[in-house]
Amino acid sequence: MTTPDVPFETGWEATRRTITRNALGVGLATGAYGISFGAVSVGTGLSVAQTCALSVLLFSGGSQFALVGVLGAGGSPVAGVATAALLGLRNALYGLRLAPLLGLRGPARLVGAQLTIDESTAMALGQPHERGARLAFWSTGLSVFVLWNLATLVGALGASALGDPTVLGLDAAIPAAFVALLWPRLTGRAPWLVAVVAAVVALALSPAVPAGVPVLVAAVAALAGLLPARGRS
Amino acid sequence: MTVGAGAAWGAVLAASVACFAIKLAGQSVPQRWLARPAVQRVAALLPVALLAALVAVQAFTGEGGRLVLDARAAGLGAGVLALLLRAPFLVVVVVAAATAALLRAAGIG
Repeated sequence: MTTPDVPFETGWEATRRTITRNALGVGLATGAYGISFGAVSVGTGLSVAQTCALSVLLFSGGSQFALVGVLGAGGSPVAGVATAALLGLRNALYGLRLAPLLGLRGPARLVGAQLTIDESTAMALGQPHERGARLAFWSTGLSVFVLWNLATLVGALGASALGDPTVLGLDAAIPAAFVALLWPRLTGRAPWLVAVVAAVVALALSPAVPAGVPVLVAAVAALAGLLPARGRS
Repeated sequence: MTVGAGAAWGAVLAASVACFAIKLAGQSVPQRWLARPAVQRVAALLPVALLAALVAVQAFTGEGGRLVLDARAAGLGAGVLALLLRAPFLVVVVVAAATAALLRAAGIG
């Protein structure tokens, strides 16, 4: 029973349901990894309150893990904040892509900015039409915000109830979390090369400079992006 | 962690403000600023460099920044195996933590 001229509104209803269902799915998946953030953060020595504050106020997984990882390894607060901020730069690029689509002004722009993360951006950009893209952005952003924060709380309370973090291996969870965040970005020779160079530079510097600094210096490896891209153009 | 509670709160709030300002800037600056391909490439590679360096430092350095191979490295190896087997994020992290915990319980690393 296929009609070639299905009215837009009927098509929209089905699209809207799919988008919100997907947003919920993404929220649940992100929430699962929020539990590990909550647990790992408490494992590094931050309080439950500080951990939850990070998920509410900072609300960007990679940057959150970076901050707690650097502090936990003995890095200075400045190094931690700088690493978190550098990792957060990609959210600015997402904002650039989304701004014409969302067209936000005033308070809505502030809320929209806070919700500009990997997942909400990806879901929005995956939609062929503007209306769907806006719905995908907001529903994913809000779903992830609520579930990520609930999950952080659960993880933080759980870890603080269980005691010694090294017994649970939570300190090993941190590099694993970074590798899991890195993995989908290793899409070709250039990213692999940059990753290896950055890792080697950071390891080489670690005995010689204060904790937290090697990672920031290693970020310079990303400047390889300034070299002209080869092959396809 | 070597910082006190006050400094930790300072870091939490400063990082939050910085990251929010960055998000807001993206919604507010003119498009053409970051439209150049070279800038896009650097931006795509920045998290790669940072995350790779973080993996290396968090897994393989010990007291004084010296290179160390212990239960964390084994945990990371197990986590990478899980990734190769297409495990989701939470499984990777749990596998790494459990591996390290088990090795430590057995008196290794």
